[in-house]
Amino acid sequence: MSLPKILTAHTHLPGIETFDVYRKNGGYTAVEKAIQTMTPDEVVEEVKKSGVRGRGGAGFPMGMKWSFLAKPEGVPRYLVCNADESEPGTFKDHWLMKTIPHLLIEGMIVSSYALGANASYIYVRGELMYVVRILEKAIAEAKAAGFLGKNILGSGYDLELYVQPGGGAYICGEETALLESLEGKRGNPRNKPPFPAVKGLYQCPTVVNNVESISTTSWIVNNGGDAYAAIGIGRSTGTKLISASGHLKKPGVYEIPLGLPVQEFIYSDEWCGGIRDGHHLKAVVAGGSSVPILPAAMLLKTANGEDRLMSYESLADGGFATGTMMGSGGFIAMDETTCIVRNTWNFSRFYHHESCGQCSPCREGTGWMEKVLHRIEHGHGSMHDIDLLVDVAKKIEGNTICPLGDAAAWPIASAIRHFRDEFEWHITNPQEATRPGAVFKGHMELV
Amino acid sequence: MLETKPRIEFTPERLERAKEIITHYPEGRQKSALLPLLHLLQEQEGWTPAEGMDYIAELLGIQPIEVYEVATFYTMYHLEPVGKHVIEYCRTGPCMLMGGEEVYAHLKQKIGAQDGETSADKLFTIKPVECLAACGWGPCFQIREKYYTHLTIEKVDEIIDELKK
Repeated sequence: MSLPKILTAHTHLPGIETFDVYRKNGGYTAVEKAIQTMTPDEVVEEVKKSGVRGRGGAGFPMGMKWSFLAKPEGVPRYLVCNADESEPGTFKDHWLMKTIPHLLIEGMIVSSYALGANASYIYVRGELMYVVRILEKAIAEAKAAGFLGKNILGSGYDLELYVQPGGGAYICGEETALLESLEGKRGNPRNKPPFPAVKGLYQCPTVVNNVESISTTSWIVNNGGDAYAAIGIGRSTGTKLISASGHLKKPGVYEIPLGLPVQEFIYSDEWCGGIRDGHHLKAVVAGGSSVPILPAAMLLKTANGEDRLMSYESLADGGFATGTMMGSGGFIAMDETTCIVRNTWNFSRFYHHESCGQCSPCREGTGWMEKVLHRIEHGHGSMHDIDLLVDVAKKIEGNTICPLGDAAAWPIASAIRHFRDEFEWHITNPQEATRPGAVFKGHMELV
Repeated sequence: MLETKPRIEFTPERLERAKEIITHYPEGRQKSALLPLLHLLQEQEGWTPAEGMDYIAELLGIQPIEVYEVATFYTMYHLEPVGKHVIEYCRTGPCMLMGGEEVYAHLKQKIGAQDGETSADKLFTIKPVECLAACGWGPCFQIREKYYTHLTIEKVDEIIDELKK
């Protein structure tokens, strides 16, 4: 079967990170087509037709987001690329930018043209400073070739593109915190509304899109929105980059057509090649550390007993009680050697560390949850602690300015929902449970 | 008598770079250059001393407190002097699943420093990082913009021994 490749068609080519090789393989034709033959509105229309949903995690339709952009006279508009990828389990944007930086640069030019932006920014997480250097080099190459700067391709359209390194804060992946950071401030999320489309960077209309989302726009311009929508399934159109990690035979970044059965993604040699030798799948976090964890059997089948698919709808099938989310596409597989309690504590430590401290439920709650999980994991918990965790998670969820509170709560609530016996075992068998490498094997359902 | 510390300024090359960075933003929005300039300061000094932050405040025409509050919010700015090599290791879930805890315990033992500490020979500072976005290639750490992936105890020994030379 010939699988569609939209983002990875050329990533195997030596030298594809350079302008010359990228250009020889069809690079920058989308800029030529958009700027020379299409109006900005026509580009927006193609993106709307494609049905592509934001690939950062929220999955909001990208064309719709673009169409919300306010266009007051005499006020600049901005496009900001969210390249602050920091969610445990997610590394596809990192891989994409270092492997084929011009794909993002070309997407930024096409998207900026569509939105009427004359200055655009790529906000890269500061830890990826080597990627910042790669992007800066690619921008200089594109500018030297006339695809950036004043009067691009003689069209009269001007665009300057800049790379901004962050300072190391996961919260800056939240779009309004990112804008605060880009303005040289602490990354505290803003209250919404107003949304960035109305008042974003410097209080001007702004679109914030993720790396993978922006990188798809060149293909959509070249091939049409309908061609993109023909790939995938239902409202999950196109392809998706999946960051596969954990106990898989072949972890890595894969471009899949949306709608691929989860079973096939995990076990087929085309993709992850199955679970490492001698082991079986126990649980999966399907969309980055913030989404609910699922036991293996529930991951492979929906609430109705159908094969679960790698799509926004199928992964969420049955809601959070039985489903999970596509999220950022960070697919973390865990075999039977994994201690769910330790893993949950590890994730909770992450969210406690990364809470910006602006809202009390998140600032206090994430620390509280980490502390309770730490004592359970280290053999000092009580049965009351499990209910306490559920209670605190409920009180954080939905009660914070930004979704970090939800992101901190969901992994804990879902781990207790599906693996409560494992938490109880830690409490009732502290000496056994705290032994290095100890794992509860009671009601473990392996696949 | 009050102790006065020497003023810190960018080298001419870095000052040029700083001025260029400031042009990335619209008139009156030069504060946007703050994070990149703090990176530039750290690149030059090895850490972000207060005297350097005061200098950046002057360059950007903002109050020193505006620089301090930003530098203390983000984890990448070293507010104290660090060793020659800062080892930023990823301690989050996917790296842990791949044996990160054991590898990092060995790393700390080998250089003789715990999280946040600098080794006695001032060569290494250990710093845990909450995810380095290299989950499929873990366990991993970063030293001076270079990623070291698929770490094992043997690989850690090789890297550290090489850096000690």
